Amino acid sequence: MAQMNLLQAVNHGLITAMSDNQKVMVFGEDVGQFGGVFRATSHLQEKFGKQRCFNTPLTEQGIIGFANGLASQGAYAVAEIQFGDYIFPAFDQIVNETAKFRYRSGGQFTCGTLTIRTPYGGGIAGGHYHSQSPEAFFAHCPGLRIVVPRNPYQAKGLLLASIRDDNPVLFLEPKRLYRASVCEVPEDDYQLPLGKAEIVQQGTDITLVAWGAQVEIVQQAALSALEDGISCEIIDLRSIAPWDAETVANSVMKTGRLLINHEAPLTGGFASEIAATIQDKCFLSLESPILRVCGLDTPFPLAHEKEYMPDELKTYEGILRTMHY
Amino acid sequence: MQDRNHVASVSTTHQVRIIENGLLEIPMLQILSPDGVIQGQDEPTIDESTAQRILETMLFTRILDERMVSAQRQGRISFYLASTGEEAASVASAAAISDQDMIMSQYREQGALAWRGYTPAQFMDQMFSNHNDPNKGRQMPIHYGDKPLNFMTISSPLATQIPQAAGFAYGQKMAGLDAITLCYFGEGAASEGDFHAGLNMAAVLACPVIFLCRNNGYAISTPAEEQFAGDGIASRGIGYGIKTIRVDGNDPLAVYAATAHARDIAIKHACPVLIEAMTYRLAAHSTSDDPSGYRSKKEEANWQRKDPIVRFTAWLKRKGWLDEDSLAKNESAMRQTVLTALKAAEKEPINPIDDLVTDVFDHVPWHLKEQITALKHHIQKYPDAYPKTAERQQ
Repeated sequence: MAQMNLLQAVNHGLITAMSDNQKVMVFGEDVGQFGGVFRATSHLQEKFGKQRCFNTPLTEQGIIGFANGLASQGAYAVAEIQFGDYIFPAFDQIVNETAKFRYRSGGQFTCGTLTIRTPYGGGIAGGHYHSQSPEAFFAHCPGLRIVVPRNPYQAKGLLLASIRDDNPVLFLEPKRLYRASVCEVPEDDYQLPLGKAEIVQQGTDITLVAWGAQVEIVQQAALSALEDGISCEIIDLRSIAPWDAETVANSVMKTGRLLINHEAPLTGGFASEIAATIQDKCFLSLESPILRVCGLDTPFPLAHEKEYMPDELKTYEGILRTMHY
Repeated sequence: MQDRNHVASVSTTHQVRIIENGLLEIPMLQILSPDGVIQGQDEPTIDESTAQRILETMLFTRILDERMVSAQRQGRISFYLASTGEEAASVASAAAISDQDMIMSQYREQGALAWRGYTPAQFMDQMFSNHNDPNKGRQMPIHYGDKPLNFMTISSPLATQIPQAAGFAYGQKMAGLDAITLCYFGEGAASEGDFHAGLNMAAVLACPVIFLCRNNGYAISTPAEEQFAGDGIASRGIGYGIKTIRVDGNDPLAVYAATAHARDIAIKHACPVLIEAMTYRLAAHSTSDDPSGYRSKKEEANWQRKDPIVRFTAWLKRKGWLDEDSLAKNESAMRQTVLTALKAAEKEPINPIDDLVTDVFDHVPWHLKEQITALKHHIQKYPDAYPKTAERQQ
């Protein structure tokens, strides 16, 4: 075990994957000798050579197009998109190609060995174009896994599982936590399950669902609620697609209440999908309407970032409203 | 290469001189004239059996196209896309590479697939979306794909295969394979961002890939002069630092020679090569298109005189490599085989309903299991409304 921040855990995960399998290749803008703008790929080129860790030209659609071809040839392609906000030039390659490769060929060809890593999320004074949470755009597209870690331990284990999984994975890294989140991380090889949520705190009165950097926000809100005698069950969804409805439904059948928190705008956000599924599966157990505490339906702001974010206080207020419905 | 990109090695000038015509002279390689006479001094290095097989495959492709355009008109299939007039560009290029090389095509390169040995039955199974199609009937007619023949499944979005071909070729190189990727596309697709991204990636990352552009004059109705203002597609290769050649796309010998040479270069130097094949789409864009709305009969007639099949037949005759009787017999046998395969394939059932949800992921996840179970119950309740799958559930 070693103390690592989230960046170090990602870096460690990449080193583990590349040491374990010659076919793992890491590429993207500035990921080579420089080690990436956040340093997630530090020292990879030194360790594994320029053929396996390399810079690409500045073209997101080119990076993902290249990655699709490389993965379909049999390599384990780990492509970095420098910011989640810049993934959209590659939207066609991801939605029409990556996600449909296996299906359209009847399983003859696949880019299942592709993992796309990208930093996402706000809280870093990044404005419109360095803060977005794009998970819902991709969750709408069948054929992609979407995975979001909440801390360094989760990041390494989920990243290793994502790289080795035989489905394309969009791996969203909460950049607000890159250096802020530190915990014990095994130096050995380990994997955490994909498509499986984790109950990070047991409780009896209300279920709180979040992912990535928002998990610690709902944890803080739960502490405040506890002072009011409210017992919260907290679930880190970990995988947005396919997601673990069973764990959420079992929890809601026990607590009777559900609050979902995400940074992305409210309308069409993934909380809507969770709410629709849970009201279907748990209708008779619900004691109050399912509440979404999310970003506003605006472009991601700069001066008003603090007001925009679905923070601890908004979550705490949401818990009270749901409890006292 | 790096020096050239560095400002220190750029020469200086002291005059304001805007470059108004930076066009290079990029001639078009032609070995056979339109009437089938060898141009230049050297005899082409192609053997008799390869030459005969190229002619047969071009003929087969044309027969298939004619038959399937009719089948679409008769309402037997929903859609078809013919390659009439462009057979040389795909058949002769596929003939010049190894069967181990990956082909990533656009959608008008059925000739390359026929060269690889795709049978009339296999073509038909895909077009009728039946259970024998290895792609499981999931895409519109003509979106072929066959792993054993190293022919990547086609997708409709244009130019997406271009950066993918760069990546695939990089993988071939890293795996130490004696193989390249041949990537086809049209001059219209070359306006897509993926073309520029893909060529640049391939050049910078030293990928052994041949990019073969069929410049057939039209993107549906849009003529080439409304598609680009530069010197075709070949001039762009030079801008990206890619070895480039322009060929007469209706001359099988020119296409063959250029592609064979390009493959040698791609393997030996681990680099991309761009081939621009100048040709003409004698066919409509697809069965949903009517070219009389945007081009003249006179223009079409002019290109009919450059027909690659006529040209190649004339050369083979001159060469003494053509037995006209056996060719005529062969042609009538091909027509019969195509028709028989069509009749057989249209009677075959589609895949069972469970295949609606397989291959989305490596395993069928919980939500798709729920959805398919609900759908099956629904079909059982209303079997008459879903006859293709209701029957197969019994």
